[in-house]
Amino acid sequence: MSLLKIEDLYASIGDEKILNGLSLQINAGETHAIMGPNGSGKSTLSYVLSGREDYDVSKGSVFLDSKEILDIEADERSRLGLFLAFQYPIELPGVTGMTFLRTIINSSRVAKNLPELEGIELVKLIREKAAELEISQDMLKRFVNVGFSGGEKKRFEILQMALLDPKIAVLDETDSGLDVDALRIVGKGVTNLKSKDRGMLVITHYQRLLDHIIPDFVHIMVKGKIIQSGGPDLAKLVEKEGYKSFLNGN
Amino acid sequence: MPIQEETIEQVNLATSKYKYGFSTDLEVDKAPKGLDENIIRLISSKKNEPEWMLDWRLKAFEIWKKMKEPEWAKVNYPKIDYQDIYYYSAPKNTEKLKSLDEVDPELLKTYEKLGIPLNEQKALAGVAVDAVFDSVSVVTTFRKQLEEKGVIFCPISEAIKTHPELVKKYIGSVIPRHDNYFSALNSAVFTDGSFVYIPKGVRCPMELSTYFRINEKNTGQFERTLIIADDDSYVSYLEGCTAPQRDENQLHAAVVELITHDNAEIKYSTVQNWFPGDENGKGGIFNFVTKRGSCLGKNSKISWTQVETGSAVTWKYPSCILHGDNSVGEFYSVAITNNFQQADTGTKMIHLGKNTKSTIISKGISAGKSQNTYRGKVLMQPGAKNARNFTQCDSLLIGDKCGAHTIPYITSKNPSANIEHEATTSKISEDQLFYCLSRGLSEEEAVSLIVNGFCKEVMKELPMEFSVEAQKLIGISLEGSVG
Repeated sequence: MSLLKIEDLYASIGDEKILNGLSLQINAGETHAIMGPNGSGKSTLSYVLSGREDYDVSKGSVFLDSKEILDIEADERSRLGLFLAFQYPIELPGVTGMTFLRTIINSSRVAKNLPELEGIELVKLIREKAAELEISQDMLKRFVNVGFSGGEKKRFEILQMALLDPKIAVLDETDSGLDVDALRIVGKGVTNLKSKDRGMLVITHYQRLLDHIIPDFVHIMVKGKIIQSGGPDLAKLVEKEGYKSFLNGN
Repeated sequence: MPIQEETIEQVNLATSKYKYGFSTDLEVDKAPKGLDENIIRLISSKKNEPEWMLDWRLKAFEIWKKMKEPEWAKVNYPKIDYQDIYYYSAPKNTEKLKSLDEVDPELLKTYEKLGIPLNEQKALAGVAVDAVFDSVSVVTTFRKQLEEKGVIFCPISEAIKTHPELVKKYIGSVIPRHDNYFSALNSAVFTDGSFVYIPKGVRCPMELSTYFRINEKNTGQFERTLIIADDDSYVSYLEGCTAPQRDENQLHAAVVELITHDNAEIKYSTVQNWFPGDENGKGGIFNFVTKRGSCLGKNSKISWTQVETGSAVTWKYPSCILHGDNSVGEFYSVAITNNFQQADTGTKMIHLGKNTKSTIISKGISAGKSQNTYRGKVLMQPGAKNARNFTQCDSLLIGDKCGAHTIPYITSKNPSANIEHEATTSKISEDQLFYCLSRGLSEEEAVSLIVNGFCKEVMKELPMEFSVEAQKLIGISLEGSVG
């Protein structure tokens, strides 16, 4: 069944039209990749999906688990099971990683009518998931994203995703700022989170991320809409020929 | 609506629900409005004070009449008509109570609503409480247990009669009557407050606490607190304050004096939650308070921790005079202002002795249309050889209609003294809020989380019994209990 359904979506910021009739459907268990050149509207798509308010959506709908979410606030969308891994994660000075994780875990558990986790149980859960992403205890004592390297930031994003256990995960340019080793850790972390109940949308400029997170479908996005869809081979084609051929074809 | 604006609205909403805004119907004994010699004589006679106390008050009144209300603080408020205030108001039938059974049930209910356990059987945390209602101390708990250790903890009105030698010696010794306009006024008309004496070598077995409550309309509250820690003693003292929601402004002008002798330590914590006025800036308490500690003895220490969330206007500088060699002064402060609140608060660290050390950590949070000023003075006198000060002032802005100001005055008259000052100003950004929202936190939770992180260094200085209340007050979850 379809977990995320985007229908004929138009969005703009100010006078600038960015999304121009984008449609996409992601079923449970599927991983989709959206590739596109700079300025094609990839990041806008991730923000519009997650509920950032700077954008005007003039037309179209987005269904999460058959619920229309465009009129719902960002925090509510998260509680419904949508997760966005940021391209540029935001610094929260004064808020330690551990405190942040505890707060978001318990907020999400309350939303699911689960009891809040405290003490040992909570620490165990966080440590276990953190270890899989090679995140040290020391890193969790630091302030969220403050002074984190590119790799640490992205690993911390994936850790949050693992702990919130979303139905749909949107990963915005997760490979940006990563060296080869970090890319491998992040790729493995995301791959481990693939499940038959979850859908993923991987947004990327480069094909290299898709060597680590193998998508089931690849879509090419140009000027705010999907102009071509296919399997993983399509990504290889992009790598070989660049976006030029798609641009010309448009 | 942009997140920023909505957040401001949320914060407004959260802070406008002032949960202590109820008032209690009690029969009260009130002196007529206004201030003259007769009122002072009346207050003194109501308290059955000895002659010397009355003389001391009258002298203060003479001084006050010649003084001018200070105007240097960065606060604006309508002129106070000192003749339009009641200077004495007491719940009827509360004098000379032997036990809680004799306390007016309405009054007990009030303290119950405030979450203050006066009933000793029910007091969980083992905190001894002195409750001051309008002008009168209504009940002091755990006195027996304290007396066994030789600790004196009682209303100051009582101490004047039972321990005149101590009161005479120390009252006005740290904050003289002529110190400032409000200290002179307080000295003339103070009605009650707490008195604490910790004898030599005694570590006070429990936290001492005073809750101040202004209830009556148009009533000023002028409490006076005097705490003396003799050689090698220790005490932790907590102070809380609330007031009903009223349209008019009410005046609170307290004086708190602390004295530490050799190797003694006083830890003084305040959670100030006087009614701040409504979202249009109507009503609220004028909080003009003089607090000062004197580290008289060597190796002694005075530590002020304050969480200031209430009052329409705050004018308050808990300070330390470091006489004794190696003495230590500390000031940890969180001041939150919202709507039309104005706070001008900070500290003075006056270094006199050798190797004296002071630390100032101030966290100001401004939201709405409020103004939040840190004003601090660090003075190294010629005798302050190798003295050290570290000051850190951080301001956090929520929205773009509020103001944060830092005004440090630093003077060193000893070349071996070392002074460090750090200051930052930051703002909760829309990106930060969206980041938290995208993780499922509501805007309120997000602001709490960020504010909590911002204040952490100060909050951890509060005693356990208070930190829960303070954290609830700021609307934040417990920080640092895990990991």
